[in-house]
Amino acid sequence: MVKTGLGRAIKILLVLLSVIVINFALVRFAPGDPVSVIAGEAGASDAAFIASLREEFQLDKPIPVQLAAYLASVVRGDLGYSYRQRRPVADLIWERMPATLLLTGSAFVLSLLVGSAFGTFAGLNRGGWGDNALLVVCLLGYALPAFWLGLVLVLIFSVWLQWLPAFGMQTLGYTGGWWAQAGDVLSHLILPCITLSAYYIALYTRVMRSSMADVQTADFIKTAYAKGLSRGRIIGVHMLRNAALPVVTLAGVQAGQLIGGSIVVETVFAWPGIGRLALDALLQREYMVLLGVFVVTSIMVIALNIISDIILAIVDPRIKRSAA
Amino acid sequence: MTINRRNLLLSGAALTAGATIFNLASFNEALAQASGRLTVCLYPEPPSLMLGLTQTTPAQIVSGKIYQSLLTYDFDLSPRPGLAKEWSVSDDGLTYVFKLHENVKWHDGKPFTADDVIFSTQECLPAIHSRARANFAYVESATALDDHTVEYKLKRPFVAFLQIFEVAGAPILPAHIYKDTDYRTNPANEFPIGTGPFKLKEWRRGEYIHLVRNEDYYKEDLPLLNEIYFQIIPDSASRLVALQNGTVDVTGYDNIDYVFMPMLRQSDAFEITQKGYENAAPLATLEYNTRSGHLADRRFRQALLHAIDRDFIIENIWFGQAAPSTGPVASSTIYYKDTGPLYPFDQERAVELLEEMGLKPDANGVRATVKLLALPYGDMWTKLGEYVRQSLGQVGVDVQIENTDPGNWASRYSNWEFEMTLSFWYQYGHPALGLTRLYHSASINKGIYGSNTAGYSNPEVDRLFDEAIQEIDVEKRTQMYGQLQEILIEDLPNAPLFEIKYATIMRKGVNNVVTSAIGICEGFETASVD
Repeated sequence: MVKTGLGRAIKILLVLLSVIVINFALVRFAPGDPVSVIAGEAGASDAAFIASLREEFQLDKPIPVQLAAYLASVVRGDLGYSYRQRRPVADLIWERMPATLLLTGSAFVLSLLVGSAFGTFAGLNRGGWGDNALLVVCLLGYALPAFWLGLVLVLIFSVWLQWLPAFGMQTLGYTGGWWAQAGDVLSHLILPCITLSAYYIALYTRVMRSSMADVQTADFIKTAYAKGLSRGRIIGVHMLRNAALPVVTLAGVQAGQLIGGSIVVETVFAWPGIGRLALDALLQREYMVLLGVFVVTSIMVIALNIISDIILAIVDPRIKRSAA
Repeated sequence: MTINRRNLLLSGAALTAGATIFNLASFNEALAQASGRLTVCLYPEPPSLMLGLTQTTPAQIVSGKIYQSLLTYDFDLSPRPGLAKEWSVSDDGLTYVFKLHENVKWHDGKPFTADDVIFSTQECLPAIHSRARANFAYVESATALDDHTVEYKLKRPFVAFLQIFEVAGAPILPAHIYKDTDYRTNPANEFPIGTGPFKLKEWRRGEYIHLVRNEDYYKEDLPLLNEIYFQIIPDSASRLVALQNGTVDVTGYDNIDYVFMPMLRQSDAFEITQKGYENAAPLATLEYNTRSGHLADRRFRQALLHAIDRDFIIENIWFGQAAPSTGPVASSTIYYKDTGPLYPFDQERAVELLEEMGLKPDANGVRATVKLLALPYGDMWTKLGEYVRQSLGQVGVDVQIENTDPGNWASRYSNWEFEMTLSFWYQYGHPALGLTRLYHSASINKGIYGSNTAGYSNPEVDRLFDEAIQEIDVEKRTQMYGQLQEILIEDLPNAPLFEIKYATIMRKGVNNVVTSAIGICEGFETASVD
């Protein structure tokens, strides 16, 4: 057990190190640097201005030296400093993290619940009108680009019906109590959450549908019926638990993808998350911010995969037994 | 449904959520009607609000309400009082005396004095603000004659001196906060302290910036607004929605894609003005690297401009938000000379010039090949690049477009790694401020953005720049700048395509947001909402 844990920890560290080194190289070797962006924003520059910025950003040092310094700072828990925004990178990330966690967490839960429910219904009613309707919905969910879907939802629900806000995370200057403010944020969350979940709802529906269809024909299900158990109990206790295994595995992968996939949705809906922070950092060549986001999201993805493995072991005791 | 505790709780939660969410519409309306609040659309988010460190347009839009400079400028670029209530210039143009308002306080309550002006313009800004460093290099000495009088003595006449005191070019900073500190890392950069009509209340990164009224503002009964929100909206379609549904009251520059302008012009709900951009006066330009191949020959450069139908561009790509350019100086800039149509659209003439150069078409009809480094600043610039390629293709010049992103573009441009590119430059109200850096041979500096990237060198042009800037006689000076324009039109180191006409769009009922040559970058002290 200890050996397994140690082995896993080493693998995690190696993954993190690779993420940092590879992304550092990719970003640094991309043409352009933050000094040229800042000079462009200033509308003018001179040699003294450029030189002072290069020195301050430590861009005058060899790249291996820059990488070593960055690794050393990450080990100390320091994700660097944004010279463009004049703030520690960690501060920039942490202040955006709650928004991203709210959006991606909500989308994760929504897609898991709705996808599982749709998939269960479709799997139990294969060939029926409901199943066929859900297959069409899945196809749309796969095919529609997120930015298009988001804009269409804004058009329908914000512009035409005026039921929901078009963008942002909260109403400017909102002064209600805690519950009212929570409701305000929730109203802003609906459209981006649906947009982000659409693809994954389609995915889980298909996977769950197939899985339910397979499990239904298993011998232990026939035994359960033969024993006289109710249909509801058979579906809820016996079928779902087994059919959910591929969905749980997929959920672990999705959780990581969601964090990256939120960039488009955050842009369309002006949601103040780390996806937009990363995109802006990329365009402005803010290496430190970009690397900081990569490090943090890598850690999150690794953590989510571990959690997914644990949940899978709980749901399927065979995994724990085989590991033992 | 079975009535039990679980179901009751679930039903109650659903009802509460629904009521809260759908009550929002009425709450939004109430907020929008709250008096004294203005919401301005902002994109992209400024990296900082400290105008000494960053002068991006979004930073100017926000910080123009927090900071001030000695002067501001009318629509004809004539100076008006800012922090200076009056000023005088000696006959020899070497001494400028500014008398400052006496009851001005910084947002932290400390008094504003002449020492702040001297510190800002002689120590702080030259260290961190490249435009200010160049402008204030003309100053030999700056003296506080008393707490509210500043005297500048110049090394030699600098006739544009009164044009440099707009808030982004020379923001006055508090000496008591910045003196003897590291300007770049001073904690006040995160919460700027100025003398302006509004103070920073809150900045929620990625969402909005909130300014509130400066209750100790030195002008009685001003500002009229209680607060201003700058809502950060990254998507262009969302910005249009925000304007249409009243979430924002004002947008400026090119925050709304110009493809929507015909629709907005027809709407009764908005007022649209092109005023307020006279100081910037951006000129869209096809820039040449005159070191590169045929571009070294001015006949080639002239031919390319003849081949491009700029009226078509103005009508169909910029949707009327542009005006024909007659030369390298914009029509709102001081000393502009109308020299008539600039190389009119005439593809036959273009072909004549190319034939004169000996550029005959090959089997594919191609006379020459040129690369165009596309400007990655949005759809309109992409379309402009495509149209340039199409137009030049019609006269046998094959254009290969190179696409890139902003960081790479700025780097390649500064390091001369291009043959042609598209760009636009602000004029800053005066040829000495906007043009010298682009066309004086002393400004040929590899790696420096905003320099003479074309590599253009003409001793006569250099002489005119150097002499005009010191010429006290207005008539002679005007003549010199006129001559400059004529030579630059003849030599055409860059091809001015059109004057960009930004639009400020305000919903009806919003008043006085455009009151000067810097438009929505101004302080909004008399802005109001009905």
